[in-house]
Amino acid sequence: MLRLDDVTKRFRIGALGGRSLTAVDDVSFEVAPGEVVSLIGESGSGKSTIGRMILGLQPVTSGTITFDGSPVRQGKEFYRNVQGIFQDPFSSFNPVFKADRVFAMVKDAYFPSTPGHEWAARVENALRDVRLNPGQVLGKYPHQLSGGQLQRLLIARALLLEIKLLVADEITSMLDASTRIDVLNLLAELKSRGLGVLYITHDLSLGTYLAERTVVLRRGSVVEMGPTGQVFGGPLHPYTRELLAAVPRLHQPWDDATPVDTCAYHLHGGTGVLAEPEPGHFVACARLSTCQ
Amino acid sequence: MSLQVSDLRVHYRTLKGDVRALDGVSFDLADGEILGLVGESGCGKSTLGKALIRMDGRMHRTGGTVVLDGEELPIDDDRRMNDFRFRRVSLIPQYAMSALNPTRKIRKLVAELLRARGATVDPAALESRMAHVGLPPEVLDRYPIELSGGMRQRMVMVISTLLDPSLLIADEVTSALDVSTQKAVARALLGFRDSGYVTSMIFITHDLALTHHIADTIMVMYAGRLAEKAPADVIVKAPRHPYTRLLLDSLPEVGVRYADRRLDGIAGSPPSLLDPHPGCRFRDRCPLAGEECAEDPPVTELAPDHLVACWKA
Repeated sequence: MLRLDDVTKRFRIGALGGRSLTAVDDVSFEVAPGEVVSLIGESGSGKSTIGRMILGLQPVTSGTITFDGSPVRQGKEFYRNVQGIFQDPFSSFNPVFKADRVFAMVKDAYFPSTPGHEWAARVENALRDVRLNPGQVLGKYPHQLSGGQLQRLLIARALLLEIKLLVADEITSMLDASTRIDVLNLLAELKSRGLGVLYITHDLSLGTYLAERTVVLRRGSVVEMGPTGQVFGGPLHPYTRELLAAVPRLHQPWDDATPVDTCAYHLHGGTGVLAEPEPGHFVACARLSTCQ
Repeated sequence: MSLQVSDLRVHYRTLKGDVRALDGVSFDLADGEILGLVGESGCGKSTLGKALIRMDGRMHRTGGTVVLDGEELPIDDDRRMNDFRFRRVSLIPQYAMSALNPTRKIRKLVAELLRARGATVDPAALESRMAHVGLPPEVLDRYPIELSGGMRQRMVMVISTLLDPSLLIADEVTSALDVSTQKAVARALLGFRDSGYVTSMIFITHDLALTHHIADTIMVMYAGRLAEKAPADVIVKAPRHPYTRLLLDSLPEVGVRYADRRLDGIAGSPPSLLDPHPGCRFRDRCPLAGEECAEDPPVTELAPDHLVACWKA
């Protein structure tokens, strides 16, 4: 459904744009309908830039992003199929609009011929789908709602458009543990109805909870990708192992990852070509054969 | 005994009335102890942290005392608290970037701060403390913007503990950091306690797994009150309060998949603290709630150092 081929993004930086910074370097992956792919990386790994490029909010420098075979471009037709939700739900809403006006705007823009009562019923259904009580949220201003409620309103809004792909950029990082799980469970249900999700996060445990496939990014390039079970069950790249070792876990002591100073990947700044040691499991490690 | 908080009540004044953000919290903190403070948003954990160092204009104390090393802290007297701040009680704020003056190099920033407090610190001591958290001395000649998020956070940690405070409050210090940086910062905090730079610490977070790695004792708060307090291992392995159990159940771990085991959040949301209903505040969301829960559950000591406020525990 969504396909990225050799996508690269360079930004001009410095006072006169004299220097360039490669934020995303030759990234290729796919998202199929009904599949959750998690994009994991630390700050500055280029994960949000990828999300913004998929949504057409930023142009690509080279490479192609296609959705159902046609290139991504801003416009109504595209946004009927693909929607994005971002980290901070408080800044995603217009503070002077009540929640029902947000939905009315969707109707005006995309479904002007739908009768009012039919639309109201659809809004109610969408809200119930995301476990919100319509009476409690409609007619309220954003500041009167909690972060979890706002994040769910955004998902409901995307559902009204009957989208096929959702780009979810750190959507749970502002929520607390219990609300976070509710939102994730909701995404899992939508997935079983055929929605494709690109789940961008720095939290490995949230990524593994949902995703069929995982893409690990470091400094703009893919270091490891494949089925989630393989990537996290048997990580091959030292960076993936390091990330996993840093995650605090309840019943295990914080173990130290393999000493990284002996690793060729660290010596060479992490350059390596994507190799496929197992079917579907790709690793960019310069010395995969000698390390194993 | 380093810190004794007894029956502390701190309310926020609003036009609609008082929001009882802290409603009778008592606990002790021993020398060398790290207390992890966890709970959902709005349970009063940050209010407790703020009350111990600086109350803002909307907060006022309606009861209770805070005793640090045998001396009562004048927490609602902003001027008198100045004698304690930085020297005896110190804080690591959540966003280190906004804590550092962007127009000063770190060396000047530290010097100005110390002069303002009338204190002096040997430059060699400063550098050795920086080395302790993995910061090279060159950092002193850089601007805050030239440091990464983790470096800034560690620099702020060094600065706030320069005068060896008795109590350090770390409020969500790692929540804006990546996992690997988070680990480095958390380890540095432990190192500070072990080398005696701080006597004891309150570590506020919503991440139970992280707290478990750092804290000796964990205190779970709910709706402005203590729900459960016990040694970290006991909270994680044998929690008694239903709220603690539900919090633990909603925690995703690496390896847990939706397809294998569905995690559940806690239904409902915390009660409004404007005029909370009498009785156990968790009872609307509690799977075990019964008739006795209409009365306030007392904080009882089930086992040594294991405090629980629940009728059903």
